[in-house]
Amino acid sequence: MALDDLKTKDFAFVGTRPNRPDGLDKVTGRAKFGADAHAPGMLHGAILRSPHAHARILRIDTSRAEALKDVKAVVTRADFSDQVPFAPGLEGEFWNVLENVMAGDKALYDGHAVAAVAATSALAARDALKLIEVEYEVLPHVTDVDKAMQADAPVIREGATDYSVPEGMHPNVVRMHESGHGDVAAGFAEADLVIEDHFTTEATHQGYIEPHACLATLGMDGKGELWCCTQGHWIVQKTCAALLGIETANLRVTASEIGGGFGGKTTVFIEPVALALSRKANKPVKLVMSRSEVFRATGPTASASMDIKIGMKKDGTITAAEGIFRLQGGAFPGGPAEYTAMCAFAPYNLTNVRQVGYDVMTNRPKQAAYRAPGSPMAAFAVESVIDELCNQLGLDPIEVRLKNASREGTKASYGPRFQRIGLVETLEAAKAHPHLSAPLKPGQGRGISCGFWFNHGGETSVSLALSEDGSAQVMVGTPDIGGSRASMALMAAEVLGIPYDNIRVTIADTATLGYNDVSHGSRVTYASGLATIKAARHAVEKLCERAAKKWGIPVDAVKWENGCAVPSGPNAGDFDPLPLADITADMGRTGGPISGHFEATPEGAGVSFATHIVDAEVDPETGKTRVVRYTVIQDAGKAIHPTYVEGQFQGGAAQGIGWALNEEYIYGEDGRLQNSVFLDYRIPVASDLPMIDTVIVEVPNPGHPFGVRGVGETSICPPLAAIANAVSAAAGVRMRNLPMSPPRILSALKAHG
Amino acid sequence: MSKIHVSTTVNGDAVEYLCDPRETLLDCLRDKLSLTGAKEGCGTGDCGACSVTLDGRLVCSCLVLGVEAEGKEIGTVEGIADGDVLHPLQQKFIDYAALQCGICTPGILVAAKALLEQNPDPTEEEVRFWLAGNLCRCTGYDKIIRAVMDTARDMREAV
Repeated sequence: MALDDLKTKDFAFVGTRPNRPDGLDKVTGRAKFGADAHAPGMLHGAILRSPHAHARILRIDTSRAEALKDVKAVVTRADFSDQVPFAPGLEGEFWNVLENVMAGDKALYDGHAVAAVAATSALAARDALKLIEVEYEVLPHVTDVDKAMQADAPVIREGATDYSVPEGMHPNVVRMHESGHGDVAAGFAEADLVIEDHFTTEATHQGYIEPHACLATLGMDGKGELWCCTQGHWIVQKTCAALLGIETANLRVTASEIGGGFGGKTTVFIEPVALALSRKANKPVKLVMSRSEVFRATGPTASASMDIKIGMKKDGTITAAEGIFRLQGGAFPGGPAEYTAMCAFAPYNLTNVRQVGYDVMTNRPKQAAYRAPGSPMAAFAVESVIDELCNQLGLDPIEVRLKNASREGTKASYGPRFQRIGLVETLEAAKAHPHLSAPLKPGQGRGISCGFWFNHGGETSVSLALSEDGSAQVMVGTPDIGGSRASMALMAAEVLGIPYDNIRVTIADTATLGYNDVSHGSRVTYASGLATIKAARHAVEKLCERAAKKWGIPVDAVKWENGCAVPSGPNAGDFDPLPLADITADMGRTGGPISGHFEATPEGAGVSFATHIVDAEVDPETGKTRVVRYTVIQDAGKAIHPTYVEGQFQGGAAQGIGWALNEEYIYGEDGRLQNSVFLDYRIPVASDLPMIDTVIVEVPNPGHPFGVRGVGETSICPPLAAIANAVSAAAGVRMRNLPMSPPRILSALKAHG
Repeated sequence: MSKIHVSTTVNGDAVEYLCDPRETLLDCLRDKLSLTGAKEGCGTGDCGACSVTLDGRLVCSCLVLGVEAEGKEIGTVEGIADGDVLHPLQQKFIDYAALQCGICTPGILVAAKALLEQNPDPTEEEVRFWLAGNLCRCTGYDKIIRAVMDTARDMREAV
């Protein structure tokens, strides 16, 4: 839906690069993150976790722990609501979350919580865990997605499968998605070359540096306070209230500063446990995860097993494309099979396309969103096959992508017609970029890939209040993960016409603002930004009304310009411009406080595309790979604060490099996670990476007042494929399995001879 | 377990605390002295978010016991600014947007300051290897490296 008041040029503030409002707090150690809170009389919590991948819990004896003087409460599943329904939809998801935060009859993965303790110190709490006796009946387990679909695989949970799954499939397959259009068989028949191939990616963790942490207080009166690091405190409020059996409004949740999330902090893990401990002990309880707990028990992304078939004519036209995507999402429904399938072929204008996704359960932690969930894996498989088609047909990879690119009006592979989109612009920018024509050294290869993400709107509330001195406070409900306070202040300044520094943006708690969806789906600059603009315009309407009243002219004869009310034309009258601060100085006497509000669910989040160019070199003796040059080109719609847009581009690329080359969840035969510390789960460090160049393409999104598209997630969609294409070119052998770790490269080189 | 009395110096101020022999210097800084600038990202010395200096040497405070601080001089992120004047690294990190979430920033600032004190003219490679013990998941390090290099240049020119 296009907005009739779209502004795309002549900005005074938008597009500038001021310092972020919370900069000082963050460089001095003053910013308060999840674990930085303290309360008088506070206890410390700790969680006992299953050492088994799959086991029936026969008995839990907490009496020895409870007998300790320092221990003030012990909780198990019995201390949570027994009214949480096991049903499809959000209510059913509450049950899944409850089952995940505290095991019921069975431990479903290594690291699954089974009991928790609150004691007078963190050390005492950890000591007490050792005194809790749990008797397990160990059950057969499965952690691999393909094995979990085989007939002899152990069933994780009977009855978890929904209507979408055809009869005859294993009960671990819980959802199926199928979509597309045209006739793929006819399309493949028209092709000059058809390539069909199999690809896998491993589960990776979001790897935020701040472990989950919270401070919970829940009294006997059923009223609670919760401080936690989260991407969205209203979903925490709603979920915790349901799991604890209290009314939503009686729990106030305050979001701390958040030390990274990338999707992994869009749900709850320890918060309901801390609240249950607090209710039982009648004291505040602080609960902080260790890094090992983060790896074992919070959401990694899904692993994937994928079959891709694409047909192409000699001139580069894609005649048909088909993909089957099996996503392993841990011991619960929710693997992003649908998104993976829907994103796979979205960059291309296809006559014949079909995609199928399977959501498969295994004995692993419940997957959580990770930056464009599903899309990076799909792009890896699809863009690898396109690269191989280009190689075998002797075609230029940019030209082939341009030839088949989705444009405005294209019927997307997943259904709708695209509005104005910027894929072609990113490809043209790639073609013109010096990186693409720079010479390569021996042993190096170059790869490119496109990537796609939907972006999201979501429920959004913003309040903006003007002060007597003409400054403004903006209350938003989306935690600031990477500089969004700055972009909100820029957008408010643009509308109000007052200096950026006169606007204070606060992340409001759940008791002081209406509902807000989580900071996810690349929605913050889009949706909270749109809401901030609308709230500011709402305040401007009131400012104009006050001026009209003062001047004794109709309100439609007043307009707002450069921070002042002015007569809308010569016929409106001859009045001097009335600055905002002059109106607010008198507002108590001219009608009362002036505030602006916006509450809605914006639907116009424009989809986003990117093209990445990567140079990689491979050492054939050790199998070590190094990314030597990296360029991100992405459509941002309109970059509100270009420096932070660049930051999102660079961060997504770096995470993609880790996913492509190093990172993976490694499970032993016993079903236990073998690399639950950063030493063994190796994310990219400074010496692994080159500078990451960026090009911001701006094709305005018609669904945002200033043309914004979300930028956070699309940046991680192309890297896996672009790096795989570069490494395959450098190694001279197609790499089909991520991560492309040295042993994998060496064995591929060996198999290739 | 009985606690041990520790007298030490943090950012130039004499401080005392009682700690369990198992508690780390990071625990003591955060929980006993309320200096929560240093963060625990891993507890195993892999992420560097807890970086402090101990008698001028860069360490992970999660790998130092609280009792080991006895009689030592500790420097944390809270002591980097000179009163109300930010250290040039702090100002440059704000100017360059060399942080997104900011959780790794205190450790990176402590580590980068230690680097510039012993090497005022580091190459990009030297900065990258010096900071290899400080994980950042948001930025891809690009703006961090640029901020450190440019601060070094400014500080050299100011001498």
